[in-house]
Amino acid sequence: MSILINKDTKVITQGITGKTGQFHTEKCLEYANGRNCFVAGVNPKKAGEKIFDIPIFATVKEAKEATGATVSVIYVPPAGAADAIWEAVEADLDLVICITEGIPVRDMLIVRNKMKHKVAAGGKETLLLGPNCPGVITPDELKIGIMPGHIHKKGRIGVVSRSGTLTYEAVAQLTELGLGQSTAVGIGGDPINGLKHLDVMKMFNDDPDTDAVIMIGEIGGTDEVDAAMWCKEHFKKPVVGFIAGVTAPPGKRMGHAGAIISTGAETAQAKLEIMEACGFKVTRNPSEMGKLMKSLL
Amino acid sequence: MKIHEYQAKEVLRKFGIRTPKGGPAFSVEEALEVAKSLGGPVWVVKAQIHAGGRGKGGGVKLARSLDEVRQHASAILGMRLVTHQTGPEGQIVKRLLIEEGADIKHEYYVSILTDRATQKVAVLASSEGGMEIEEVAAKTPEKILKAFIDPIVGFPDEEAERLARGIGIPEASVPAAVDTLKKLYTCYMETDASLAEINPLILEGDGGIKALDAKFNFDDNALFRHPEIVAYRDLDEEDPDEVEASKYGLSYIALDGNIGCLVNGAGLAMATMDTIKLFGGEPANFLDVGGGATTEKVTAAFKIMLRNPKVKGILVNIFGGIMRCDTIANGVVAAAREVQLNVPLVVRMKGTNEDIGKKILAESGLPIISAETMADAAQKIVAAVSAAH
Repeated sequence: MSILINKDTKVITQGITGKTGQFHTEKCLEYANGRNCFVAGVNPKKAGEKIFDIPIFATVKEAKEATGATVSVIYVPPAGAADAIWEAVEADLDLVICITEGIPVRDMLIVRNKMKHKVAAGGKETLLLGPNCPGVITPDELKIGIMPGHIHKKGRIGVVSRSGTLTYEAVAQLTELGLGQSTAVGIGGDPINGLKHLDVMKMFNDDPDTDAVIMIGEIGGTDEVDAAMWCKEHFKKPVVGFIAGVTAPPGKRMGHAGAIISTGAETAQAKLEIMEACGFKVTRNPSEMGKLMKSLL
Repeated sequence: MKIHEYQAKEVLRKFGIRTPKGGPAFSVEEALEVAKSLGGPVWVVKAQIHAGGRGKGGGVKLARSLDEVRQHASAILGMRLVTHQTGPEGQIVKRLLIEEGADIKHEYYVSILTDRATQKVAVLASSEGGMEIEEVAAKTPEKILKAFIDPIVGFPDEEAERLARGIGIPEASVPAAVDTLKKLYTCYMETDASLAEINPLILEGDGGIKALDAKFNFDDNALFRHPEIVAYRDLDEEDPDEVEASKYGLSYIALDGNIGCLVNGAGLAMATMDTIKLFGGEPANFLDVGGGATTEKVTAAFKIMLRNPKVKGILVNIFGGIMRCDTIANGVVAAAREVQLNVPLVVRMKGTNEDIGKKILAESGLPIISAETMADAAQKIVAAVSAAH
C-alpha cells in the first residue's frame, strides 16, 4: 500500500497540451505504471484530439465520466490555475494535484473557501495537494508531478516536505542507504494551500506499509508545529524532522511566498525545538536526514 | 511589492477612505508649491521611504509657516534616514509628502492581511494607534481585536461594528468607522494586497474618521493584473542586486556573510545556507536559480554574487533532477571563465548524469573543488575561505 496514489489510480491532466504539461506528462508516462494511469487530458479547444495517445476532453467532468479517473494534475498557467482547481472540485474528483507556481494568493483564498462551502453544504470533499508543489510519487507504481523518478526506490519510509529539491535530497539519501519510500509527498511552498503536513502525517500514520517518516519544513507559518503537536499524542512511528531557514533573516521572503518569518514562532529554531519536544528526531544538518532515519530503524 | 505612503493614500482615496489633503514633492520648490496650495496654517513634512519608523528617525516634521516648510523640506530631502527597519546604512530620502495638519482626538490602528492558518482574511483593530503593532501585541495583546472574514461571505456589518465599538470609537462615529473598515476590506481584495495598514486611523475633533498614515504590500503573483499598482514601483527603494537578479528569473537576497551560494530550489537553498553556518561559515546570500540552470542564468548569478565585495568564496549546490548535471557543469565552467573567477569555488552536484558533470568540472582546468554531500561542500568552502585569509 501507499498513501494518496497507487498503480491503479486513474489520472486526468489539466494543461496537458502546454509546454510544461507535455514535458512532464511524457516523463510520468515513462515511469512505472504511468502508461496505464494517465487516461485523459483536458483542453476545451482540443477536445477529441489525442496527445501521447491520451484522449483530450473539453472539461474535467467529461474526462471523468468517460474514463472513471478520480485524480487530476494541473499544469495550467497561474492566471487560470485556481479556476482549473475549482473545475476539478466541481467534478467531484478525489484528489487534485496543482503543480503551478505563482498563483495569486487571492485566487487560492477564494477557491479554498469555495471548497469548504461545498463540503459544508454536503458536497463531496476533494483533497488538494499544492499549489506550487513537485507532486506525489509512490515508487515503482506511479509518479504524478515533476520529481525525477529514478532517484526513488520502493520501500517503507514516508517523506513529506514543502520544497521540491529538498525532498529529492531526502529521497536520494534514503535510496543511497538502501531505504526505499512508501510515498513521497510535496505539499508546496505557498501560504494558502491544500493538504498540510498534519494531513499527510495522519495518512502515513494509518498506512500499514509506512514504517517511519521524514518530515521536512521551512520557516514561516505554523504547519509543522501543528503537525508535531498532533504527532506527540497520536503518531505511532519514528519521525525524522528538519526545518530549513535557520539562517534566514525575519521579514525577507526566501523564494517561496510562504517562507517568510513574521512572528517569533515561525523561525526554524522555534519549530525545531517544538518538534524535538514532541518526540521527533531532529537534525540541523540536512545531509544527515537519511543516516538519522537509518539509526532509528 | 511595497509602495510609498502618498501612493497608499491615493489608493485609499480611490476606494472612498478619507485622508488629509496633501501631495508629493521631489524638491524644496515643489514642497512649497504643495504647501501653498494647501493653505495652512499647519503643514506636515513627511519623508517618503518604504521603511517604517520614519518619525523617530527625524523624517516627519511639523511646520507652522511656509518658511518652516522650506527648512524641513531642505533638511529631510537627501538625508540618510535611519530607522529600525532600514538597517544601520539607512535610506536616502528622495521624495516628500506635504500634508495639511490634522485635528487628532484619538489614534487607532487597523490592518488587513491574509491568515494562512484559517485561510481567511484577518482584520485587526486596536485602540493603541500610532505605535508599532508588534509592540502592542507583545505587551497588551488583549488590546488587539480580530475578525476573520470568509471572502465568499464578505465583511458583515456586525463584525465591523464589533471591532469599531471594541476599540472604543465613540457611538456617534461608529458608522463612519464601519464604513472605513468595509472600504478598506474592499480595497484589500480588489487590489490583491497582502497587507493594508492604517496606523494611525484618527478620530477628529468633529467626530470624523481619517487615515493619517497608510502602508500597503501587494502580492507579487497578482501584479500582472494591476498595471496601476506596478506604476507605483520605486526602484530606488529596492536592492539593485535583487532587481537585477529578478530580470534573470533568479531569486536573490543579500545577507551579511562571506560565502556566496547558488542553489536550485528555495528549500534546498535555505538548507545549504544553514549547512554553511553549521560548519562555522556565514552565507553571503540566498540565491535560487529556479528550474533551468542555464549557462546564462548561472553566469548572471555569479556576477550578482561577486558584486558583493564581502564574498570570499562560492558554493554551488545543484540537485539535478529533470535538469541534467552535465548541462549544469557546462554552465558553471562557462560562467567561471566569463567572470574570471578568483575566489574558491566548491561545486556539489547530485542527480542525473552526475559522473559526466564531475568529469566536465575536473577537466575544465579551473580550480574547482568537487564535493559529495552538502555537508562536505560546506566544510570545503569554509576551509578554503579561511585558508585564503
